[in-house]
Amino acid sequence: MEDVIIIGAGVTGAAVARELSKRELKVLVIEKNSDVCEGTSKANSGIAHGGYDALPGTLKARFNIRGSLLLKQLSKDLDFAYKQNGSLVLCPEGGDRSMLEVLYKRGEKNGVKGLEIIDKDRLKELEPNVNDRMTGALYVPTGAIMCPFSFNIALAENASVNGVRFRLSTEVKEIVKEADGNFRVITDKGDFLSKLVVNAAGVYADKFHNMVCPDKIRIDAVKGEYCLFDKAVGDLVSHTLFTLPTQKGKGVLVTPTVHGNLLVGPTAETVEDKEAVNTTMEGLAQVLDKGALSVESLPARKVITSFAGLRAHEAGGDFIVGENKDVKGFIDAAGIESPGLTAAIAIGEYVAEVINGILPSGKKADFIATRKGIPSLALADDEERQQLIKKDPAYANVICRCELVSEAEIVQAINRPLGATTLDGVKRRVRAGMGRCQAGFCSPKVVEILSRELGRDAMEITKAGEGSDILKGINKHEA
Amino acid sequence: MKHEYDIAVIGGGPAGLAAAEAAYKAGVKKILILERDFRLGGILNQCIHNGFGLHTFREELTGPEYAGRYIEKIKATEVRYMLDTMVTDLKHEKDGTKTITAMNKEEGIITISSKAVVLAMGCRERARGAMNTPGYRGAGIYSAGTAQLYVNIHGQMPGRSVVIVGSGDIGLIMARRMTLEGARVKMVVEIMPHSGGLKRNIVQCLRDYDIPLKLGHTVIDIKGKKRVEGVTVAAVDENLKPVPGTEEFVECDTVLYSVGLIPENEITQKMGVTLNERTNAPEVTKALEIEGTGVFACGNALHVHDIVDHVTEEAVNAGNNAASYVLEGRVKDDAKGFVDSAEKNVYKPGVDEDKMTCTRCPNGCMLTVLKNEDGEITVTGNLCPKGEAYAKQEYTAPERCLTSTVRMGGIKYRSLPVKTSKDIPKEKLRACVEALKDVEVFAPVRIGDVIVKNVAGTGVDIIATGSIE
Repeated sequence: MEDVIIIGAGVTGAAVARELSKRELKVLVIEKNSDVCEGTSKANSGIAHGGYDALPGTLKARFNIRGSLLLKQLSKDLDFAYKQNGSLVLCPEGGDRSMLEVLYKRGEKNGVKGLEIIDKDRLKELEPNVNDRMTGALYVPTGAIMCPFSFNIALAENASVNGVRFRLSTEVKEIVKEADGNFRVITDKGDFLSKLVVNAAGVYADKFHNMVCPDKIRIDAVKGEYCLFDKAVGDLVSHTLFTLPTQKGKGVLVTPTVHGNLLVGPTAETVEDKEAVNTTMEGLAQVLDKGALSVESLPARKVITSFAGLRAHEAGGDFIVGENKDVKGFIDAAGIESPGLTAAIAIGEYVAEVINGILPSGKKADFIATRKGIPSLALADDEERQQLIKKDPAYANVICRCELVSEAEIVQAINRPLGATTLDGVKRRVRAGMGRCQAGFCSPKVVEILSRELGRDAMEITKAGEGSDILKGINKHEA
Repeated sequence: MKHEYDIAVIGGGPAGLAAAEAAYKAGVKKILILERDFRLGGILNQCIHNGFGLHTFREELTGPEYAGRYIEKIKATEVRYMLDTMVTDLKHEKDGTKTITAMNKEEGIITISSKAVVLAMGCRERARGAMNTPGYRGAGIYSAGTAQLYVNIHGQMPGRSVVIVGSGDIGLIMARRMTLEGARVKMVVEIMPHSGGLKRNIVQCLRDYDIPLKLGHTVIDIKGKKRVEGVTVAAVDENLKPVPGTEEFVECDTVLYSVGLIPENEITQKMGVTLNERTNAPEVTKALEIEGTGVFACGNALHVHDIVDHVTEEAVNAGNNAASYVLEGRVKDDAKGFVDSAEKNVYKPGVDEDKMTCTRCPNGCMLTVLKNEDGEITVTGNLCPKGEAYAKQEYTAPERCLTSTVRMGGIKYRSLPVKTSKDIPKEKLRACVEALKDVEVFAPVRIGDVIVKNVAGTGVDIIATGSIE
């Protein structure tokens, strides 16, 4: 019998897990994918929003502001990439400039610090490459960029180190509230019993909510397509650029990533299929066209990859977080769309409080509050590199040349708690394959390292879990 | 650890090897080659097909054999080389010396001061991401060169049912390789109205195996959430935009991209050199020097060459010029530089249909073959006698050289490249591959060793084109 079962190991589930790992609780996270950070958490803008956008009084506003405040320190505690680069909400010619005022006031009310409305000259000073048709902007100095992968992974790793167990590749089929008040969570790998259930199932949160709760919610998957650009043009802008919506619709953001690429997107299209993370011709064209409205010189030739993510949009428009009023012990963390990445840790904190109200528990005396990431060869200077190689010569063996990732880092990524078991898992932990050749050079080598470290035949190594096998047998023989 | 050299060559592939050898012959003795792989030879190690060396050696070699010749030459000199060594930085100091930072397992961070530097890093492939092809991102989408490494070095099949995007030479070569090793190549789609590959490869890699080449077509969607399940192919208009209504779904588990190469110049940029936006390479003088630096560039790091023989020729120029820079303080006024391919002999649909392309050498002469009533064959259009012999052979009993791999004994997923010692009848290709199915070889093996005698009753032997030490 578990105290708490969390469904979903995305950023929300992982944040809840980490908060709960501070207490004397038996916690199990169940995730259908082969790794953490496989759903919405892996394909988003990677932005820590300042908090000017959410309507005051909403959960979105509350958790956004709180999350935004906590993230900087947490990025140090858990060693994930985070950079406060500031954001700008651009007002195009013909745009409704009074909207900047509205956002400014809303932001103030939400408690966002340092907001400023700036004119065209100042905007050009801050962002020389911004399109001339922009007449001014709201400047949000607290806006930040972060690595969504290492954030999610760091939370999960730290939870795991502090005793939370993770069952990956395990799909929840049904949840039954039993006569004794406990929950039976039925999965494709057997049944699990728990006193409480946290529903952090992203785009599927409605499915699980509606299984046990009399009130019904509806989550739509809203696809967002993005283009990622080469690091050669990563400095085209330094702030995160949003655009005020106009009659022609909502713009896309143009932002540097915390690793030095340029990211443009997302589109917004509601899709039926909750696994439809495919990009489309129309979507990608839209990303580039709209991006060029903010930064005219956007070099389409420098795109290194494109991707799509699905936002979990709840019909009511706000997050649904808390214990269900009718079903004791069933706690939602549902409808977590933007600003979900920023809000995740605040949601985790809140859910843990709620749980402590239902099932009080003591604080763990030996809670480990910090976590050290994998030392990166790319980020080290020559002296640090020398030290790294001295300690582990495999640091001198560069596997991914684009991102300068060594064998040592990949081995660590595999052998850490909740380590990588797939090509994508390695990529998200140490960036091998994230660069301009998009794994062309390193993937055969990473397959070999995964095979060696996991003690599995190369034929069993996958890109992202079952069904995504990379190899199909050997030369001259049937598959 | 600190080292001092007269010339440091970054990259031990065909360009680096030829540059180092040329500089040595020109009189420079302190030369170092820095290579990130565990062996010299670069990409040639995985290019196990033949067709290399017709200009340089006047004979047809496979990639590993061509590399092998230069490796032997280098080993016979005092040129030093460091393997498994990654260059991370290059600085042009105020006093004119160049400082290279590199690293390897034995020495950690290494600093190399050198009077001249030759950049010979080669190139990398453009990937699906750069094409911005819409669709899913499941497993089964590879660059042709990645597939080439899996098949030729590891002996692993990256897929069984393949669509190839782009008709660049690596794509065409991989169409043949994967077909011979047991995959079904459904088609090659090329967005342009003509192929990007050599005529010889259209004939020997596609036509020989009845693989359709769809010119003026492109892939507009990739299906398959976990692993590729198929692609949507569409015709394009004159602006290369897909034409609605022409979409066709093609089932496959693999998509290979062969859509061009980009010079690899991260290290060049470390010097503070801005790359040419179009070529992705540094601007150099006629003598291949980044002006006023004593840093020379050659091979595919400078511009992408169609054949390795041209890379070699250009690298020899770079090596010679680096040598004069070191020995005389300046490059010669009549220094040689770029070696460009003459107009590439690409396949032209409609024009070339009734004719025959000679595949004996990269010239790819377009032959017209006439047969009179007595059965006598006359050949025109050939630049040399090889063309006539080829046409007659091709007309009566076409023959091919088979290149393939056999397994290395005792090492899982490692292959030894092999070839037939002579051309064999085309219809015997598959039987020969079948005969190699369970062949395993053990060290030591040297290039040229006989691996299978009289393969599949052809009277021809299978010989090693690589070595195992």
